[in-house]
Amino acid sequence: MVGYIAQQLVNGLILGSMYALVAIGFTMIYGIIRLINFAHGDIVMIGAFVTLGLVISGKIPFPVIIILVFIAGALMGILIERAAFRPMRGAPQVTGFITSLAIAILLQNLGILLLTAQPRNFFCPDYLQTIFNFGPVSLRAIDFSIVVIAVVLMVFLVLLVRFTRLGMAMRATAENLNVARLMGININRTIMLAFAIGSGLAGVAGMMWGGKYGQIDPLLGFVPGLKAFVAAVIGGIGSIPGAMLGGYLLGFGEVLFVGLLPPIYSSYRDAFVFTTLILILLVLPTGLLGRKTEE
Amino acid sequence: MMGWNRLRWFFPMLILAGAILVFVLRSTMNDYVLSIVCFTGINIILAVSLNVTNGFTGLFSLGHPAFMAVGGYVAAILTFPVARKAMLLPALPAWLAAQQWSLLPALILGGLGATFAAFLVGFSVLRLKGHYLAVATLGFLIILQVLITNLESYTRGPLGLNGLPMLTNLWWVYVWAVITIYVCWKVKHSSLGRSMLAIRENEIAAECLGIPLARTRIMSFALGAFFAGVAGGLWAHLVTAITPTTFSVIMAFNLVVMVVVGGSGSITGAAFAAVMLTVVVEVLRPLEESLEAYGISEVIVAIGLLLILLYRPQGLFGSQEPAFVVRQRQRVSGEVGRALT
Repeated sequence: MVGYIAQQLVNGLILGSMYALVAIGFTMIYGIIRLINFAHGDIVMIGAFVTLGLVISGKIPFPVIIILVFIAGALMGILIERAAFRPMRGAPQVTGFITSLAIAILLQNLGILLLTAQPRNFFCPDYLQTIFNFGPVSLRAIDFSIVVIAVVLMVFLVLLVRFTRLGMAMRATAENLNVARLMGININRTIMLAFAIGSGLAGVAGMMWGGKYGQIDPLLGFVPGLKAFVAAVIGGIGSIPGAMLGGYLLGFGEVLFVGLLPPIYSSYRDAFVFTTLILILLVLPTGLLGRKTEE
Repeated sequence: MMGWNRLRWFFPMLILAGAILVFVLRSTMNDYVLSIVCFTGINIILAVSLNVTNGFTGLFSLGHPAFMAVGGYVAAILTFPVARKAMLLPALPAWLAAQQWSLLPALILGGLGATFAAFLVGFSVLRLKGHYLAVATLGFLIILQVLITNLESYTRGPLGLNGLPMLTNLWWVYVWAVITIYVCWKVKHSSLGRSMLAIRENEIAAECLGIPLARTRIMSFALGAFFAGVAGGLWAHLVTAITPTTFSVIMAFNLVVMVVVGGSGSITGAAFAAVMLTVVVEVLRPLEESLEAYGISEVIVAIGLLLILLYRPQGLFGSQEPAFVVRQRQRVSGEVGRALT
């Protein structure tokens, strides 16, 4: 039993790492331009397919793939921001929301159009499939690297936001966009950067998603995207540490919900996540680490 | 006085013209075309009723398909022939298994079921605003899908109910579309409707004027849900099957597109956009199949929506009804509209 719970906790850690990476993007974009970007989940899908393409195309070393996938996600984020969100800036919140939903549907169906809706097997190099046993807990190398990569990326991000000029510009813009502009901060560049970093992380999360579950299809991003949004709300949307905390909490919560309750309840998994969302929104709308702000 | 007379005769004439059109269509067109016309009508009901919630009151709801699902399943279980029920749903409670209703009461009970669900959900969720409300209603849609999938003794789970009697025809759809438009029109031009528009424009100002916020919000949510429930029932008895995945996020998106494209708050706009979108999707479907390019119609709809949001964010009709429909009223409501915006 202890072994079983330990295994479940490790699974929660893996799932939570992926949620956290995606939730960071949600929270950065929301923090700066108050937009819930529903197309964010589909960057995960794009990341997964780009990884698959790179793995198939030849012997590119694993660390290089991570960097390339990050860049691909970042470019996609910049493109979406440029094409759809920048022209809408200043429009009511809901307009931005509908726009992002339109882009999500656009990306999913472009995916179906170009890649067909058929799920594809995700090739994982052999050295990532090696299984390690730590007492009762067994881990594949890929699971281990998911957690490590996620933690490394998050540490980088926190350092970037805390200690660099760019990070200071981002924090200032999130605080107050107009005042930041008056202080001479290039708002457009800062927003673009937030989209680039957030989407890059989502792309890497897509790589992990493929490695973890072994199958990918053009619709894979939407539900994890929604769940990552739930994670961001739990942690307090707008707060980067909050998104990480929320991601891990949701990962653990979901895995334990499925693992510890009798199996008949496991199909209620998504209902559990979204009930949590509605409860948090009602009871604690600023989340665990969010600041109280005027809407 | 002239204008008043015109207004008095305009609507009955329009309804009569519609009825003649329905009659002509039913005697000349084949089943395929008729079913497309029926879907168009159902989409009109959905778009116009969602417009009450999203357009008038500005409550951005993505939960409309959830209310359709409630209405559709309630109506489907009630009209299902007893013999088939015993075969497909053996676990159904005896009192329910013995029911075999005709379409009208089933539709109305489906609508009331959806209204009840709207009250339940609305009391908690309607405290949220803007995109938080949108996300919460989306969550409600997903929760309801999970519930339907798991309540196998009532819904047969993911398999859904099939072989429903095909009770819906164009007359049913037409009459319900007319009722929906009439009720929503009356509401828009009543003090309740004006309260809704006022809440959309400025909540604090509306509250200062003495408009009960919570009650008006719930009313608009429930009114939209009732017609969504009816539309769900009509839908189920037109397709003759109902599954939990039918009422999807894509459907929520399409309905919102209709409201936004038509212009939030404009009944004519919503109806027009519903017709346009249904026809576009139906025209693209053969293209999609012949090119084997699945997903292309969604791509085109999404791009169209993005262009409209960019170049005409108020939608085709704004919040108004076009001048040829309300020549007389336009002067008054135009002033109110300007004062509000």
